[in-house]
Amino acid sequence: MSARLRVNPITCDAHGLCAELLPELIRLDDWGYPIIDQPEVPPELLALARRAADACPTLALLLEQRES
Amino acid sequence: MTARWYGSERAEVAVARAGPPGLPRLLAGLGETGATMTLGDHHSVHGRLPAISGPQLIDLAERSGLRGRGGADFPTATKLRAVAGGRRGAIVIVNGSETEPASAKDRLLLTQLPHLVLDGAVLAARAVKARAVIVKIGGGASVVARALEGAIAARADEGVALEVIAGPEGYVTGEETAVVQYLARGTAKPTFVPPRPYERGLRGRPTLVQNPETLSQMALIARYGPEWFRELGSGADPGSALVTISGAVASPGVYELAFGTPMNDLLAAAGGPTERLQALLVGGYFGTWVKASRAGRLRLARQDLRSVGCALGSGVLIALGESACGLHESARVIAYLADQSAGQCGPCVHGLAAIADSVIALAEGIAHPREVERLLRWTSEVRGRGACHHPDGAVRFVESALDVFADELDSHQARRCTARPAGLPLGRDSVQAWR
Repeated sequence: MSARLRVNPITCDAHGLCAELLPELIRLDDWGYPIIDQPEVPPELLALARRAADACPTLALLLEQRES
Repeated sequence: MTARWYGSERAEVAVARAGPPGLPRLLAGLGETGATMTLGDHHSVHGRLPAISGPQLIDLAERSGLRGRGGADFPTATKLRAVAGGRRGAIVIVNGSETEPASAKDRLLLTQLPHLVLDGAVLAARAVKARAVIVKIGGGASVVARALEGAIAARADEGVALEVIAGPEGYVTGEETAVVQYLARGTAKPTFVPPRPYERGLRGRPTLVQNPETLSQMALIARYGPEWFRELGSGADPGSALVTISGAVASPGVYELAFGTPMNDLLAAAGGPTERLQALLVGGYFGTWVKASRAGRLRLARQDLRSVGCALGSGVLIALGESACGLHESARVIAYLADQSAGQCGPCVHGLAAIADSVIALAEGIAHPREVERLLRWTSEVRGRGACHHPDGAVRFVESALDVFADELDSHQARRCTARPAGLPLGRDSVQAWR
């Protein structure tokens, strides 16, 4: 099972919860919008990534899982 | 010449007459006056539309190597197959938006050669099993609408509904998902993908969004065959292309040229440079600058252009003379591109605004000593973070300007610039109109 993080930039409103919950993978640009440098989620961060996606107030953070 | 059918998949083209040797092809029979070619004249020049099937058309498109002429350069046969393979009935959209300010080829085709475009649209509808074609045109285009409506009325019923719908102006309104959203909901803004229109577009149906020039090329390939198409150009870059050339040339306009034509011949076709050139903008505002000295060694071919970081895109070329200021012109363009953001995505809205302000500051010689460093951080961060490719094109444009006009940057910091503005064209108003 592989998982990738993706932001829907139209829905994203720069609340910033994702970067707070998952600073290992998500940082914010100068205007508070998320940058995901490495979309592949390592297995040890999967649970946190799921929490971050669930926490997004606009559901802009997407965790896309695939059978690898 | 007679037709021989090898089987239902592979088409041998029924050639009633030989295809035109050399050029013009698309522009054959075009009058001097700019009048719309009638259906009768269209048939005199090209003959009637042949009765080939959808699968045969896709085969012809594949063998011709035709690629989309709207900017994305996507293999046409692949796109047709993807839409044809959908589960629900398909829809064809002729994307006549042409929002690049310096592009005029699609307007020329739609206004003066509508039957060529409509032939292609009808063929494409056959290929993807669509019963509806919508010709979507840009804003301020009543002359285009009239020419198309007249042409549609003159045609016999071909089993496909043909409709013309005009949209608003705005640089990003021609993006394929923006076109679909406009037709569906009246808002000409890009949407998040997936799904892309070819899988699920207008009314949830597989939607073929195709440029007028691509369809026009298909209309000729269906008549004269893929071998004829490949008589011009080369293996990797077959056929002819319409190019809109403007700027410091004696006769700006739309020209039809064979792929592989040397850049200098292209400029000569447009009357030649009116002064020594310093740079060429290849691909319009979605394209990149290249120094004139390098451009002089290029041909209109993908590999050549790629080697200097360019792509032909929608065939727009702007020549910048030495008396112009590349930095000043680039600042005007990026300010326009920032203004034309659909306003949906933070990185685009904020990023392009900051980038534009930065380039303006550099052009005015009032930039911070580390402005370029910050600017390049922003361009690399903004890239890929919008719902559509508008910010990607904008940052690519800016990065090419900083590279090609590097000397100008230094001069401007020292408050020196020897040029006068060349006045690159911008959109009619910098008014955002989404409805």
